[in-house]
Amino acid sequence: MNAGDCGKLLLLQADFDGELDAAQAAALAAHRADCPFCKRNEAFLAATHRALRGASYHRAGPELRRAVASRIGEAERAPPRRRAWMPWQGLAGFGAGAALAAALVLTLLPAGRPELVAALVDDHVRALQPGHLLDVVSTNQHTVKPWFDGRLDFAPPVKDLATAGFPLLGGRLDYIHGRSVAVLVYSRGKHLVELFVWPSSGAAEEPARATRDGYNVVHWTADSMSLTAVSDLEPAGLEEFVRDWRQVR
Amino acid sequence: MGSDNVFAAVALPHLDAAFNLARWLTGSRADAEDVVQEAMVRALTYFPTYRGGSGRAWILQIVRNTAYSALRAKRGERRVEQTGIDETSEIESIPDRAPDPEKALMLSDDLSRMDALIDRLPLELRETLVLRELEELSYREIAQVTAAPIGTVMSRLWRARRLLAQAAAEGEKP
Repeated sequence: MNAGDCGKLLLLQADFDGELDAAQAAALAAHRADCPFCKRNEAFLAATHRALRGASYHRAGPELRRAVASRIGEAERAPPRRRAWMPWQGLAGFGAGAALAAALVLTLLPAGRPELVAALVDDHVRALQPGHLLDVVSTNQHTVKPWFDGRLDFAPPVKDLATAGFPLLGGRLDYIHGRSVAVLVYSRGKHLVELFVWPSSGAAEEPARATRDGYNVVHWTADSMSLTAVSDLEPAGLEEFVRDWRQVR
Repeated sequence: MGSDNVFAAVALPHLDAAFNLARWLTGSRADAEDVVQEAMVRALTYFPTYRGGSGRAWILQIVRNTAYSALRAKRGERRVEQTGIDETSEIESIPDRAPDPEKALMLSDDLSRMDALIDRLPLELRETLVLRELEELSYREIAQVTAAPIGTVMSRLWRARRLLAQAAAEGEKP
């Protein structure tokens, strides 16, 4: 607070902008009744507000309105339905370089697992074909989780990672290595992260990584579930996903 | 109703707001039209991650980011220049003497002059003022659109109003 000031300037402004609740406004009213600074500042705020009525409000013209409507319409008419936001268009040019980038903290997956890694990556790529990605489309974990009930002989953990920057898109069922698995689909920007989940009778395993065909894979076992994340996201990004997943309860 | 119809219902009512913000950020109608078209395509792409809440703030956030990209591209810079005004200038009451900004602002009945005064504000003050005074967004929504804490929104708003009044008062001098 400055010498020539009462220290309530931003509070007064918030009141002027309608941001105070009744109790805050009442507390301020008691102060400003006889505060010369507040009187002056209030008159100033009212004056700027009145003067700003003279500022232009730029409205969208009819051409822009038509152009935007037609672009949205194009996306709607074009099959498949999710074409507008699915990233498979970008997959063809995906190089192996991304798989080599970034220093990794994770250990490599044990050599005995290449078949599993191959099966999961193949399934991931197959799912990116139009119409195969999601059986249940919902950003709500409380919608996705019950959807799996009755379709599987286990209840996969479904977590909301939206605040960590990996919003849930939905889930699907797949059949891999002779058993049904749950697949949860998350996104980060234009990238997808798929998490394959099935029960495991083995001991808990820390996350370990692998790469195949430019896709990154991280596998771990926890709470009697085998979890494998597959994505075209760079290794550090996928590790972040795994870390967030393990932290969220 | 298809998801794109849902998108149209969320986004299209805010087309004027989108254009108004883009125009004030870029300073040109043509640039603003490009920005809005690009932003709407981006918004459609991101729509699956839209989690409800203020549709207008969500759209304006994308418009603002798109406008910043366009400004960067135009200037060939990696970042849009920040004036550092948040760090340098004090939050001060209106002095009781010295040029009367109120009178100067009241005299601004010439519309193009008011626009010119707003155009001269630093980018982060201009966008905050436009979102509050022209779009009538709440502090919380402005914070979302400009990716700034609410406290910063409040001080930017005050600085924007003061700077505008000062510029108006200076313009009145012969």
